[in-house]
Amino acid sequence: MSEDYILETQGLVKEFKGFIAVAGVSLKVRRGHIHALIGPNGAGKTTCFNLLTKFLEPTKGTIRYKGVDITREAPAQIARRGIVRSFQISAVFPHLTVLENVRIALQRKLGNSFHFWRSHDTLTQLDPRAGELLAEVGLESYAKMVAVELPYGRKRALEIATTLALEPELMLLDEPTQGMGHEDVDRVMQLIKKVSANRTILMVEHNMKVVAGISDTITVLARGSVLAEGAYAEVSAHPKVIEAYMGTEHVD
Amino acid sequence: MSGQRLSYLVLLALALALPFFVYPVLVMKVLCFALFACAFNLLLGYTGLLSFGHATFFGTAGYVAGHALKVWGLPTELGLLVGTGAALALGWLIGSLAIRRQGIYFAMITLALAQMMYFFFLQASFTGGEDGLQGVPRGTLLGVIDLADDLHLYYFVLAVFVFGFWLIYRTIHSPFGQILKAIRENEARAISLGYDVARYKLLVFVLSAGLAGLAGATKMLVFKFATLSDAHWHLSGEVVLMTLLGGMGTVFGPVVGSSVIVTLQNELADKVGSLVTVIMGSIFIVCVLLFRRGIVGEIAALYKRALGERA
Repeated sequence: MSEDYILETQGLVKEFKGFIAVAGVSLKVRRGHIHALIGPNGAGKTTCFNLLTKFLEPTKGTIRYKGVDITREAPAQIARRGIVRSFQISAVFPHLTVLENVRIALQRKLGNSFHFWRSHDTLTQLDPRAGELLAEVGLESYAKMVAVELPYGRKRALEIATTLALEPELMLLDEPTQGMGHEDVDRVMQLIKKVSANRTILMVEHNMKVVAGISDTITVLARGSVLAEGAYAEVSAHPKVIEAYMGTEHVD
Repeated sequence: MSGQRLSYLVLLALALALPFFVYPVLVMKVLCFALFACAFNLLLGYTGLLSFGHATFFGTAGYVAGHALKVWGLPTELGLLVGTGAALALGWLIGSLAIRRQGIYFAMITLALAQMMYFFFLQASFTGGEDGLQGVPRGTLLGVIDLADDLHLYYFVLAVFVFGFWLIYRTIHSPFGQILKAIRENEARAISLGYDVARYKLLVFVLSAGLAGLAGATKMLVFKFATLSDAHWHLSGEVVLMTLLGGMGTVFGPVVGSSVIVTLQNELADKVGSLVTVIMGSIFIVCVLLFRRGIVGEIAALYKRALGERA
C-alpha cells in the first residue's frame, strides 16, 4: 500500500496553547498525483503544510514518507530526502542574480559548501545545469538579473526552477498563484502541470480554477479536520463542502 | 577584474608608503580596527547576524596574547596565535549558544555573554583590572626583526591586515560565502533547500571571532598593553558604527568606516574632550537618515546608476 502513497499522515494534531489548529488529519498523497489541499480561511491548511515540511512540530500523530517515519526530522533533513517546499510569499534570494538563485540549490551536491578558502569560480561548473532549469521555466533571458527586479509571476517561476534543481520527488507548494494576475496564474498553472511529470505535488491553493484545472485529488479541510476527499467533481458536489466552503463562492 | 586588481595594488602601494607621511602608530591603530570591522561585517553584512558583543573577542585575544608574551615569554608570532586561538574558542562557545536564537535575541545573547567576559576581566588577577595588562614586550619577528621599531612593526601589522582582509575576501567569494548570502537573504528558503543553517552560522561566527581576535591581539602588540576598554560594550557598539558608516555588506566599507572613526577620535580627543561621544552619535544619526548604504555603499550605488544610464 505504501508503494502507492508517497506521503501518509496518521492522526496529525497541532495545538497552539489550547487552540487546536489541526485536529487529527490523516492524509494520503498518491505517488505521481497533483494533490490539492483546500479549505476556507483558518481551516488549518498552512499549519498542516508547515507540519508536513517540519517547520512546525506536530503535537501528536505521525508522518511517513515512502514508508519511513519522518515525524521527528529537521526541515533541512527532509529536504535532503527529496521533499522540497515553496512558500506563500515568493521565496527567492532577492539580492542574488537569477542564475545564482538556482545555483544555491545545485551547490549542495558538490559538497563544497563549507569551503570558505575556495573561490566561487568553482561554482561555474553548475552554470549549464542552472541554465537548463531556467530555460525550463522560461527565464533563460533573465539569468543575470537580480532576483528582486523580476516581476512577481517570474519570481514564482524562479522559485520553481530553484526547487526543481533539487530534483524533488515530492514538491509542496504553498499557494503558488496567490496574488497573481490572470496571465501569471495561467502561466504558473501550466508550469506546475509541466513539472508534475514523474513527481508528486501537494499544494495549498485558493484559486478554484487552478484546483479544478490541474489537480487529481482534492482534500478539503475545515476547522482542522478533513471534510471530504476525492476528485474535483466528487468533492465539489459534496453537500458538506458546499455548505462549508463553496456555498459562499460560486465556482464554474 | 583586472581593473579591480589594479586598484588593490594601488591601495597596497599607498599603504606601504603611508608611514612616511603619517604617524605610523595611528595607521596601525586604523589597520587593527579596520580588520576588526571587516571581521564583524562578515557576520552582519554577509550573513545578516548582528552580534552585539564582538568586542569580547577583540579584548580576550588582547589579554591572552599579552599574558602569553609577558608572563609566559612566548615569541611574538606564537603569542598572537595563542590570543587568536582563545578568540576562536570563545567564538565557538558564544556562537553555539547564540545562534539558537534570531534577530534581537541573538544580539542580546551575544551582549550578555560579552558582559560576563567583561566582568571576568575586571576581576581576574592576570588582567590588572582597571589598570590593564601593561608593559607587554613587542619582541622580535622570527627572532630577527626588532618590532620595538615602529616602522618594522608597521609592516608586520600591514601584513597581518592584508592576510585577514584576504581571508575575509576569500570567504565572501567562496562557495561557503554563497550559502551565507542565501541565509542572509532568506533563511527559511535556505533551510528548505536542505542546508543546516546552524552549522553555517556557527562556522562564520567562529571565523569572525577569530579574525576579530587577531585584530585585538595585534592592537595589543602595537600599544604594548591590553585594556578593559577593548572588551567593553562601547567598542561592540563602535564596530557596528564603523561598519554601517563605511557600508555594510561591502568589502571595503568597514575599512573606510573605521578609518574615519579612528582618525576623528584621534583628532578630536584633545580638542573637544568628552564631546567625542556626542559627535559619534550625531554621525551615526546622519548616517542612518541620509546615507543608509554607508559611504562605500552609496558610492557603489552612484557608480552603478551612472553605468546604467550610459548603457
